[in-house]
Amino acid sequence: MTFIESIRIALRSLSANKLRAALTMLGIIIGVAAVIALMGIGRGAQKAIDSQINSMGTNLIFVSPGSTNQGGVRTSQGSAQTLTYDDAVALATEGLSAVAAVAPEVRNFGQAVYMGNNVNTQIVGVTPEYETVRNYAVQSGEFINAANVTARSTVAVVGANIVTNLFSGEDPVGQTIRINNVGFKIVGVLVAKGGSGFGNQDDQILVPLTTVSARLQRGNFRGSNLVNQISVQAADASQMDVAIQQISEVLRERHKIRFEDDFTVRSQQDLLATANQVTGVLTLFLGGVAGISLLVGGIGIMNIMLVSVTERTREIGIRKAIGATRGNILAQFLTEATVLSVFGGLIGVGVGAGIAKIISSAPLGGTMVLNSVVGADSVLLATLFATAVGLFFGIYPAYRAASLHPIDALRYE
Amino acid sequence: MIEIENVYKIYRMGDAEVHALDGLSLTINEGEWVAIVGPSGSGKSTLMNMIGCLDQPTSGSYKLDGVEVAKMNDRDLARVRNRKIGFVFQTFNLLSRTSALANVELPLVYAGARDRRKRAVAALARVGLGDRLHHRPNELSGGQQQRVAIARALITEPAIILADEPTGNLDSKSGAEIMELFHEMHKVQGLTIVMVTHDPDIAAQCERVIHIRDGKVLSDERNGERRHVFTIAEEVAEAAETAGVTQGAGI
Repeated sequence: MTFIESIRIALRSLSANKLRAALTMLGIIIGVAAVIALMGIGRGAQKAIDSQINSMGTNLIFVSPGSTNQGGVRTSQGSAQTLTYDDAVALATEGLSAVAAVAPEVRNFGQAVYMGNNVNTQIVGVTPEYETVRNYAVQSGEFINAANVTARSTVAVVGANIVTNLFSGEDPVGQTIRINNVGFKIVGVLVAKGGSGFGNQDDQILVPLTTVSARLQRGNFRGSNLVNQISVQAADASQMDVAIQQISEVLRERHKIRFEDDFTVRSQQDLLATANQVTGVLTLFLGGVAGISLLVGGIGIMNIMLVSVTERTREIGIRKAIGATRGNILAQFLTEATVLSVFGGLIGVGVGAGIAKIISSAPLGGTMVLNSVVGADSVLLATLFATAVGLFFGIYPAYRAASLHPIDALRYE
Repeated sequence: MIEIENVYKIYRMGDAEVHALDGLSLTINEGEWVAIVGPSGSGKSTLMNMIGCLDQPTSGSYKLDGVEVAKMNDRDLARVRNRKIGFVFQTFNLLSRTSALANVELPLVYAGARDRRKRAVAALARVGLGDRLHHRPNELSGGQQQRVAIARALITEPAIILADEPTGNLDSKSGAEIMELFHEMHKVQGLTIVMVTHDPDIAAQCERVIHIRDGKVLSDERNGERRHVFTIAEEVAEAAETAGVTQGAGI
């Protein structure tokens, strides 16, 4: 008996009970569709985060302050435990071969008020280098310039969302807003970048870094130009490691460190790797949960096949009487189970891809869109898994059928 | 050639042992038409199943064409059932929801034969169902279903036909038509036919009648009056014709 013959027999007996076959397949369809859709969504999330990280700029290295407590030892007065503006200036002016640009920033939350509207948002103190290093662009007006930094000017560049929220969409350039009761003149508006996992980049107000310490942090400011982070752009991608090395050396020298660094240097790749690790685990987890429903679908197949074997005992007897071997009967029922699971799997792939597509087209808050990715690998994996499930759960019922004694089977009523 | 020697078939029912076949010996030659008769529980069905290789004896020897069946494995038994033996059952045992054609084709599927469709169509035509190829069993009368079953039994060109009360579920007219087919098979093709029956009229049409009781051969007689057998068959054929029923094209 040929393989095609087995499939034909399986299709014929399945079509004799179409509703039952459809319901059995439904279990597999749902399982496979869930695997495909959830893995697609996971991949989509990964891609979205990747593109956000990449939109921050190219060849970036992030320097942030480390722990200020070294093994419980109290550090002496006056030794710098955190990053300062002076560190950033040093990195920029020491002529490091692998460093192209340096952009320090200081972040605070503050309230911005304009004509009775107000928003609570991030006030970021930056230098002119921030624009190129962090890949920002100005859509109207201009960015903060060196003169603004030197003069500690009260000027501001606002993100796209601020324009919407505070100015109802009108061009704000030339207007004055009040931040912490200090008047700031708007000089430029940033081009929208889209939201990210690390705070919305369109929802911030940029001011000269020096102005933050001079005007906004009066009172709780202790005089040493603290910054939250220094973004450093390496000369090119191959120089990243060299740049990290040079930055670390300069900062250790400046901070007089002998053992443990009080700062952390991470590259964009590190961020990407971390994010990918997180989303990878998430994708796997979603796939695993969906896999459980596939397993349940498999049990459904086994259940129906067992019922089917009992129901068709007489048929099995007849087939044996006219020359079917145990192998023929085993193959027949295994093929039926496999046909169910393979067809279910293929339909499930279609349904899953459809669900992924629908989710892709639905925006998830703001400008962020989850472009779910249905890869060939997840399709292959789900189909193979579905087939394996069908085979595995088909073996026992098929074995029961094949082991029936022909006479008992023929006498069965 | 069927050679059965001192065969036992013992079933256990709880504590009791049931000797369905109790030291039975029997030889059936090629081309013979044998009726096996006996009361229910006499072991005739067990004997039939054993001859048909559906079951194996507990002890003793059963040789089919000189080959010991008692020692065959499952695959060989299936092969023998497929090639050498054709079954005709009282309850027809056709696959429901399957066309007459597909039912007749089935033994060829397991034999891995070619030209299945052509051969199945020819076999159905031979039993007079050339115009019922695509009918399902539930769309056919009892007599027609039994004809399909006979076509199925004949399709692999076996040497032996085993029939278990082939007319038991049929009215007398259909039964007579089926018997006519058996006569044709025997006379024209020279098939060996072993037929279990409890109908004396049917037994009277066979060449040899073996009475079984308690798993043993009680008597083994030859019907001398073969001429009488054909007379009955001819009468039946005439009766069918006068009733306006078109007979099959014959075998």
